[in-house]
Amino acid sequence: MHQLLRAVFGPGFFASPQVHVAVSIGAVVAVVSAVTGVFTVMRGQSFAGHALGDVSAAGGSGALLLGLTPLPGFVGAGIAGAGVMDMIGVQRLRGRDLATGIVLGVAIGCSALFLYLGTTSGSTTGATQQILFGSIFTTTPGTVAAVAVLGVVALASIAAIARPLLLSTLSPDIAAARGAPVRLAGLLFMLALAVSVALSALAIGAILSTALLIGPAAAALRVTKTLPRALVTACLTGVAATWLGILLAYDSYYWGSGHQILPVSFFVVAIIFATYLVAGLPAARAARRRPGPGRGVTHEPAAAAGMGARCSRAS
Amino acid sequence: MTDHSRAAVTPEILRVDQVSVSLAGRQILDDVSFTVQAGEFTGLIGPNGAGKTTLLRVILGLQRPATGRVEILGQPRSLRHQPIGYVPQKVLLDPDMPIRARDLVALGLDGNRYGIRLPSRGRGEAVRSMLHAVDADRFADARVGSLSGGEQQRVLIAHALISRPRLLLLDEPLANLDLRSGQEVIALLARIAREQQIAVLLSAHEMNPLLPVMDRVVYLAGGRAASGPTDQVVTGEVLTRLYGHHVDVLHVHGRILVVAGAAGDEAPAVDGSVAHEAAAAGPAAGAG
Repeated sequence: MHQLLRAVFGPGFFASPQVHVAVSIGAVVAVVSAVTGVFTVMRGQSFAGHALGDVSAAGGSGALLLGLTPLPGFVGAGIAGAGVMDMIGVQRLRGRDLATGIVLGVAIGCSALFLYLGTTSGSTTGATQQILFGSIFTTTPGTVAAVAVLGVVALASIAAIARPLLLSTLSPDIAAARGAPVRLAGLLFMLALAVSVALSALAIGAILSTALLIGPAAAALRVTKTLPRALVTACLTGVAATWLGILLAYDSYYWGSGHQILPVSFFVVAIIFATYLVAGLPAARAARRRPGPGRGVTHEPAAAAGMGARCSRAS
Repeated sequence: MTDHSRAAVTPEILRVDQVSVSLAGRQILDDVSFTVQAGEFTGLIGPNGAGKTTLLRVILGLQRPATGRVEILGQPRSLRHQPIGYVPQKVLLDPDMPIRARDLVALGLDGNRYGIRLPSRGRGEAVRSMLHAVDADRFADARVGSLSGGEQQRVLIAHALISRPRLLLLDEPLANLDLRSGQEVIALLARIAREQQIAVLLSAHEMNPLLPVMDRVVYLAGGRAASGPTDQVVTGEVLTRLYGHHVDVLHVHGRILVVAGAAGDEAPAVDGSVAHEAAAAGPAAGAG
């Protein structure tokens, strides 16, 4: 038993302060990303989420260039980007896509410049790696509190406007006609999304933040029928994937003779992808078993009855 | 053509008064006026592009009219706490959405509120009885996106009705339904209007399915409207005036066909939507 534990958890895993920080930050980031992600997937705003990751990268690399830690850069740029995207036009679906694309282009350009300047000036070695692919093992313990506070703010924002957000996702017209705060809900959600992506950028990198945002949520939506269950499942999936990724990255030091820690981000993203595929199995199997259109699951008798009525009326 | 004798008996729910709307320089509605009384079933009829959706959006307050005004229960309309239920033409109901029929109906009660919903037995009971009222009990726990068009329509009607509105607006609810589902939805709406004294205003490009239940018609064409009892409004004389060119109204086996075309034309053109309906009704008429 002891041997097995030693084999699974590499030597010093539980004693390592870096692991403590990584596990704490990883849990907060995974939960915030999962909750935000479920709404992002439902609202069809995955592209906006990805763009905000690129905006965060610009902010993070800019912060490094100024000699700051990346987190304030990630968050500041993300919120500014979300505000601009909301301003340019998130009202209409098409406008939303255009706004996202325009902001994304500017952000990547800035990242390219900042990271180039950072690398050539030589003061910040590994900046590219840190910004694009995360720094969960090198984050200072002091950052944990900031991450927790930001996480709570993002979750509280979503909780405050959850119902108008849901209603306007289903139909902006119904929501507006009911007097629901559609504009405010959309804006607050964009801000929560920006914070969530910024936190995720810190953990697994700006470029990969989309994976933690969308993956667990998409997997959860495949296997659950109600929103609360989707949220819980997405959170559990995200936390499990993040922790497992941290463990595997830690263990990778002892694999072979290379003695280097492979990127956490790779493991997290690989686990999420595998989970998403597995989550699709039940539906795929059900579809194979039930040939034909296979949309209705619970009400085939009704359709049959309808057919019967139509036939009897015609005869 | 306002029916004054009726207004004295039943309260006036909706008054649309000389409403005009221009969008992008094009006049969509031109001096439209009509009233709707409690318990009445009114059909908002007109060809595609006649301005039906725009008119509904004006009533809902989603579109500001250039001139004219809308009164609900004798008050100028305000966006908060308005007693209107709305079933839009298009709702994003993806099969992936983790929203069951009962969840959507519950959102009709409190979807405009801030904060997270706390459990409440009263709300569950209200949702259950509302689903029962629209005959949707058996798919209450199915994802809305997995339901058929007619079933979704019922759930959306329940969603609109659960806040106890005095006026129910429906934008082309029959557009994507087969004949039978459409008739069921219409029968349901007529029953609700009668039992709960709700005014129903339903837009459609085809009036024949509504003839058995429609108390009044608001006919829109070319941005202008005529309203009143069906047999007074849907006449060659009135519609010719609305359309601005010669229109014949034919009564065939209890159905109404609106046929457009100037006198002397070689082949009179049947209005597109009406021709479509006539063709669709062909086999049914033959079988009957």
